[in-house]
Amino acid sequence: MINILITLLPIQKGSARIAGFDLKTEPEKVRESIGIVFQELTLDRDMTVREILEYHGRLYSMPKTERQKRIDELLDLVELEGKRDTLTRHLSGGMKRRLEIARGLMTRPKVLFMDEPTIGLDPQTRIRIWEYLRDINRQGTTIFLTTHYMDEADQLSDRISIIDHGKIIVTGRSWELKNALGEDLIYLETGDNKATAELLKNLDSVKEIREKSKGIIVMVNVDGTYLLPEMMDKLRKGGIKIKAVNLKKPSMDDVFVHYTGRELRDTGAEKGSVVSLRAGGR
Amino acid sequence: MRTGFLTIYWRDMLRFVRFRTLLFASLVQPALWLAFFGIAMSNNFDRLTATLPATPGIRTVGYLTFIGAGVIAMTTLFTSLFGGTVLLFDKNWGLMRETLSSPLPRIHIIIGIGLSGMTKSFIQAAVIMIFGLLLGVQFFEGYTLTQIFGSLLGIMLFIGAFSLGFLFLSAAIAITMESPEGMQAVITLLTMPFFFTSNALYPANSFPPLLRALSTVNPLTHLVSGIRYFAIGSDFSSIGIHYTYTHGEVLVSFLSLLVFAGIMFLIARWRFSKVTVT
Repeated sequence: MINILITLLPIQKGSARIAGFDLKTEPEKVRESIGIVFQELTLDRDMTVREILEYHGRLYSMPKTERQKRIDELLDLVELEGKRDTLTRHLSGGMKRRLEIARGLMTRPKVLFMDEPTIGLDPQTRIRIWEYLRDINRQGTTIFLTTHYMDEADQLSDRISIIDHGKIIVTGRSWELKNALGEDLIYLETGDNKATAELLKNLDSVKEIREKSKGIIVMVNVDGTYLLPEMMDKLRKGGIKIKAVNLKKPSMDDVFVHYTGRELRDTGAEKGSVVSLRAGGR
Repeated sequence: MRTGFLTIYWRDMLRFVRFRTLLFASLVQPALWLAFFGIAMSNNFDRLTATLPATPGIRTVGYLTFIGAGVIAMTTLFTSLFGGTVLLFDKNWGLMRETLSSPLPRIHIIIGIGLSGMTKSFIQAAVIMIFGLLLGVQFFEGYTLTQIFGSLLGIMLFIGAFSLGFLFLSAAIAITMESPEGMQAVITLLTMPFFFTSNALYPANSFPPLLRALSTVNPLTHLVSGIRYFAIGSDFSSIGIHYTYTHGEVLVSFLSLLVFAGIMFLIARWRFSKVTVT
């Protein structure tokens, strides 16, 4: 999908507008208004950091003085000033990623597309890249990113869409998506899960009950810490043996599993993915 | 965006001068051809043809001078045919996605690669000529300074048109192929007929009819003829064969190279319009 939005593949069905331009009729205008950070590294190993940015600026016909100014600004932003004349083959993975982000921003795009920008990076580098992205966003660039990391979507996004089998299943803000699952999630493992579900499903504060492989998940509308003792009493009175209990706030992982109906670990890389949209600050 | 091809040109030249070993090898290799093959063969040929009576009133040049033009042409052929390889690597390593998703029209990629390859051929031809003159190749003999400049210009025009044609062909192959090994094989296969049905290393006059026909449509033959005309003259004899080139013949040779380049450009443009890189 991202390949279509960035004009590398022709659009076949439907329509899309990017930065106010129609993808079908004005692909040239779309190209001029977007920046792209590809999933795989796409840096020429035999060019220096400065040359990578220079080449990109020239591809987009930026005037020379503006190119130089922008390169200085961006190297400062992604903290690569010291590497200006280093061949990219000598950069670490995180540095390469930062350089690619700088390249994506070179032409001051209205929309920056990022295809899993933090894949394969160590946690520290990831957090730094998140910081750059927040900075860039604050300065007025809309960021469109795809990710399989639910925490990444949760942390960064203004708007999240969950995509499964190529279709958007749900879209919303992070808290909206989580609240849709209820206030709290209670996990129960009991001697008789079916009977437990029967007993609990009529409670006012219970929103929905889902069966898991060994237990059940009860989504509740109220604060679970107060509801839990009441539930325990009810089950004990019903003669059901309780083996394990867990209470937690819904996370993006839960949201994902809820909507795609699969455990995270089961999903193939291309099957379920989250696209998060982030509206610009302007 | 009209000068967008200069960006492609800039990057390709950057890489050319960056790899010192590659640069060095690409300049020394043709010189070695001349030094080893040229001198060895020239001694043989000159011994064989020593008994032939020289045509009176016509300048006779040695075999080394004869193949001097051939080595320049051959080097241009090889360099140009491999000149598009960078596109295959760009495509396979994902580097081309950046270029293709930019506002740069695709045609500029073809032109940029063509011009940078042409520049490389000019540099190589200059090195071979200088080295050849040191080894005893009798180019530009008896020419005035103005004539030498005129001849150099003519040679550059021929090399330029020829190299563009083969660079466009190379770009078309590179953008179509999937693997570097495949490309290597195709190009090696291509060089053979071009090389051996030309008059680069030996005279084409005594070829059997079929080979002779191939030789007359071979762009390499036209390039070699052009270089010999400008570097040696319109009337000379070598290896016992009398060569004359009329202005008309040279013009036809040059036009053939231009037509060849034009056709190859159209093929490259067609191949580029088909490619999707994701």
